[in-house]
Amino acid sequence: MGAKYFGASVRRKEDPRYLRGEGRFVDDIKLAGMLHAAFVRSPHAHARIVAIRTEAAKRLPGVARVFTFADLERWMKPLPLFGAIPPGLAARVDVTMKQPHQLAMCRDEARHVGEIVAMVVAGSRAVAEDGCELVEVDYEPLPVLADAEAAARPDAPVLYPDWGDNIALSFKTGFGDVEAAFRQADARVRERFTIPRYVGMPIETRGVVAQWDPRDGALTTWNGTQVVHFVQQGLVAALGLPPHKIRVIAPDVGGGFGTKANGYPEDLLIPAAAIATRRPVKWTEDRREHMMGSAHARAQVHDIEIAARRDGTMLAVRDRIWVDLGAYNSWGIVLPYNTVAHLLGPHRVPSLDVECRGVVTTKTPNAPYRGAGRPETVFAMDRIVDCLARELSMDPAELRRRNYLSEADLPYELQIPYRDGNPLVYDSGDFKAGLEAALRAVGYEALRAEQARLREQGIHRGIGISSYVEGTAIGPYEGATVRLDASGHAVVATGACCQGQGHETSFAQIAADALGIPLDWVTIVGGDTAAIPFGVGTFASRSAVNAGSSIHEASGRVKDKLVAAAAALLAAAPADIELADGVVTVRGAPGSATPLARVIRAAIPTFARPGVASPDFEATVYHHQPTVTYTSATHVAVVDVDPGTGAVKLLRYLVAHDCGTVINPVIVEGQIHGGVAQGVGGGLLEEMVYDEQAQLLTGTFMDYLVPTAMELPAIETVHLEYPSPRNPLGMKGIGEGGAISPPAAIANAVEDALQPFGVRVTRTPLGPSVVLDLLDQAAARGGRPA
Amino acid sequence: MKPAPFDYVAPATLDEAIGALATGGDDAKVLAGGQSLIPMLALRLARPALLVDINRLRGLDGIREASGILEIGALVRQRALERWAAGRSPLFSEVFRAVAHPPIRNRGTVVGNVVHADPASELPAVLLCLEGVVVARGPRGERMIPADRFYRAPLTTALDGNELATAVRFTLPPAGAGWGFAEVSRRHGDFALVGVVAVLTRAADGTVARARLAFFGAGGTPVRGVAAERALEGRAPTPPLIGEAARAAAAGLSPDGDIHATAAYRRRVAATLAERTLTAALARCGGGA
Amino acid sequence: MIKSIRVIVNGQEHERPVEVRGTLADFLREDLDLTGTHVGCEHGVCGACTVLLDGEPVRACLMLAVQADGHRVETIEGLAPAEGLHPIQEAFWAKHGLQCGYCTPGIIMSATAFLRDDPAPSRGAIREMLAGHLCRCTGYHFIVEAIEAAARALAADNRT
Repeated sequence: MGAKYFGASVRRKEDPRYLRGEGRFVDDIKLAGMLHAAFVRSPHAHARIVAIRTEAAKRLPGVARVFTFADLERWMKPLPLFGAIPPGLAARVDVTMKQPHQLAMCRDEARHVGEIVAMVVAGSRAVAEDGCELVEVDYEPLPVLADAEAAARPDAPVLYPDWGDNIALSFKTGFGDVEAAFRQADARVRERFTIPRYVGMPIETRGVVAQWDPRDGALTTWNGTQVVHFVQQGLVAALGLPPHKIRVIAPDVGGGFGTKANGYPEDLLIPAAAIATRRPVKWTEDRREHMMGSAHARAQVHDIEIAARRDGTMLAVRDRIWVDLGAYNSWGIVLPYNTVAHLLGPHRVPSLDVECRGVVTTKTPNAPYRGAGRPETVFAMDRIVDCLARELSMDPAELRRRNYLSEADLPYELQIPYRDGNPLVYDSGDFKAGLEAALRAVGYEALRAEQARLREQGIHRGIGISSYVEGTAIGPYEGATVRLDASGHAVVATGACCQGQGHETSFAQIAADALGIPLDWVTIVGGDTAAIPFGVGTFASRSAVNAGSSIHEASGRVKDKLVAAAAALLAAAPADIELADGVVTVRGAPGSATPLARVIRAAIPTFARPGVASPDFEATVYHHQPTVTYTSATHVAVVDVDPGTGAVKLLRYLVAHDCGTVINPVIVEGQIHGGVAQGVGGGLLEEMVYDEQAQLLTGTFMDYLVPTAMELPAIETVHLEYPSPRNPLGMKGIGEGGAISPPAAIANAVEDALQPFGVRVTRTPLGPSVVLDLLDQAAARGGRPA
Repeated sequence: MKPAPFDYVAPATLDEAIGALATGGDDAKVLAGGQSLIPMLALRLARPALLVDINRLRGLDGIREASGILEIGALVRQRALERWAAGRSPLFSEVFRAVAHPPIRNRGTVVGNVVHADPASELPAVLLCLEGVVVARGPRGERMIPADRFYRAPLTTALDGNELATAVRFTLPPAGAGWGFAEVSRRHGDFALVGVVAVLTRAADGTVARARLAFFGAGGTPVRGVAAERALEGRAPTPPLIGEAARAAAAGLSPDGDIHATAAYRRRVAATLAERTLTAALARCGGGA
Repeated sequence: MIKSIRVIVNGQEHERPVEVRGTLADFLREDLDLTGTHVGCEHGVCGACTVLLDGEPVRACLMLAVQADGHRVETIEGLAPAEGLHPIQEAFWAKHGLQCGYCTPGIIMSATAFLRDDPAPSRGAIREMLAGHLCRCTGYHFIVEAIEAAARALAADNRT
């Protein structure tokens, strides 16, 4: 393959429309006769619904229909579930798992604040909201579960009575003789770390538009989702229609980050309303709904212990993990097991013992968000590594250096399976080299010297390190159909959906190279079930590898067909046909240059010579990804902490990373920046806060604090490249990585800055009030008062 | 998130506006810049039956400085005062950097911010520190309400429901006064967790001639740091005295806790920031505020 | 309650009846089909709906449509020439200053007024201006670079 575009920072093809305000997001869709939906949502964390009276709402001028569960019962099938336990994992790990049925609307019980109780459809959104206020619901409050650990106690009220307890998932795994390792160790440290609820929070909220076509008996729905085929499957099950009668389109989508990779009640309720009313229906989630109705994330507690020799050699890790699942468990094994599989990361640790429990609570359901278990587990690991460094009086960088795996150790197998059931084998990379690259680029030694000088002046600067090794690009597949038109321009359809990652450019770079046509000749169609029948969707840093490999292979097959047709037309051997920039030439005969359009035209039966094939310039490939590829990075944060106010200022942030071969370097860098910003949010600002009645206290953007440009520094990046052997182009996933390490790096930096006071950082976000509390706790333990 | 229905008038004269407020009674609300009111409408936390939009009134958009008094009309946008302050008032310039963001300041009014009475907002504390006055017009005419009698509780002031604040007046610090301003907020532009504004003047002998200090985000209203003022006035401002004064003022605060900061945090950092702002103000004495 | 308003949007005058409770953002999007102005929070924090009112950036979600009567509004659709891009848009394209594109129109509208008032801003000033806009994709890094590049391009345009 001539790599003309692969590896080049070409400008994004999709940008001009966004820049001109000509993108088309779900809320931009306007259809004749369209109605607008709004929802009555439970104000209680847990309540029985005793009665619903809708008469007053129905009488309100402008209201078309009011729906309760009873009105929609025929379509109220349980929402689809993710996260079944693959056989390869079941064979090695004994997992107990329960996944309750979630319905699109409460039947008789609400299990979190924001769960949908009724739907009002009206001529405008404002009137629909007026209607919602007129729906009278009698609730009988039931006991709430505001805390996962408390909910796991035997005396806790049980959310799903037939379970007997609230533990939806539990397993133990590990390898090696952990007991012996702890006995023999010179140093043991143990700490409890809390990772709060924080969330993806795309700036475009979710939205659904649905239109029923009675002529064809078909539904078209526009949905701001990352997973159109998954939404389609849910609708197939609920509506009882064949897939081809249900077209799900994700138009331009304003950020997803995993939040939009979930199955949601509104995916079904809006189509149901459109079918019931025979009118197009739109629902645009408002920000308050988003806070309580869109999936939350993170929310873990780790009791982690590490054992090591005096020289820092790590011997064993033990971890007891609690995952707060919220009211349902639609993601099954995904978050808990991701957490476990990524705990050790770049470290060589010969023995591991983990126990993980997922508990249901009466809070918004938890689902994967950028990193999906990894930021949580890396927080626990990198914090305990820093605790160990302190215990050993060793520089945290040096301790890591002594324990990180390097290229010579790879492929390296952890003696537990990956979440997909396959062996967990790091395919390529050099984690120690990544660490060294980061330390060099950040000027680690100089920073330490400066830190000492500043401390004397009363300035408290801290340096924090965190690293991860991340299984990316989980399969099993994503497909692509590549098809040429008469001009030789290509349309590439894939199940991968874009939420801003630049698919229209990166995928076009792959296709244009493999086809031998200009980049501008490629149109990428993602997020449309009518364009390709099977698909998985975009999440888990999977699209470049899964869809990209299919596009590469399918484009290659189409090129083979072009070469055969050109050979016939030009009476040359296929091996002598060259195709570049949309022009065919016979090797060594520059005069033979023939535009691709002529080759295609010559294959159309109307014009074709006898014996020439048909104009079949199309190929479909469903690349099967055997298992994940391992991306890795080291992050370094530099902060100043004001012990007088607790304010933390992030001064520098550096990322040294490997994501294999790179399609478009500037897009990759943008992905890192965005991930880091979200991780910094988790480290310093963001938390979904509930009170002890499981009431959500963060209802607006005044409460849930997304970082601005003033809370972030310029982000420095160092690129390393260790191609993956697990796909034809050597790629690895990069979408999530940036978000994994910042909370740990920042927490380590804050603790480092406040080392003279003996501060122990055990949770995030590190807002100023929290930091002063930590200083107080340190003083109470006998540390120096601030 | 759409507002509940309401009626709307945009009177052309002050008398009409006051008349409309009187007619609307408790269910009428004044709409000026709207930067606090419209979010409350959208969230349906405020449900007025009538909005009286004063943006069409004439003569309320003036910034007038005379005899050390700065009068700001009810339709002066925060951005306009910020522009006025550039090169004239480093104190106001610094304060406005902390007040939300330019698109909010372009629309939000100074008077609206002052009368909205968010206890964590900067301008009410500045009004208090600069011994300002709110000019109110109602059916019975005009009255002046001094800042220290204006704030009653969060979002609650001494204005009657049918009164309209037509202006606020700040007493500008005298030549040679020093100023200090500091706040801790979660993000740039957010309401403060806690903040302090201070103005000091020194006598020829170096003692503090006059000290004014106000806290915000430290209780249900902005609070004057009277204890600090008394501790400093007439005395030589040594660092220990400043610290003592700051702590004395903060000791009298009764802040609330919320999801962003505990009450104890606010009280403690109020003292820290008071000390820092007083120190900064002292250092700036002779420079001009 | 309905009132009639007359407003000039992107140089074109419109006279329309509006619900008094409707925001300027909803008016632009629903009544004028100018869907480039995006709505991200409806309570004034995210900045996605920022437009120019009489030349100054304001939140279109924090203003009632009826209040725009007699005023001039500029939206993202009015910025670019019929063909091609405005220099600020061009700089965002060149510097990868956007990913999902949802917050972009609001940021660009703020940036036009910002660069008019401060043609050679410092990075700190750019970040301070940007703090009025939430972007969840880019981490702001390339947006800062784009605005710096736009400032240079606009300065070069003014010289020629």
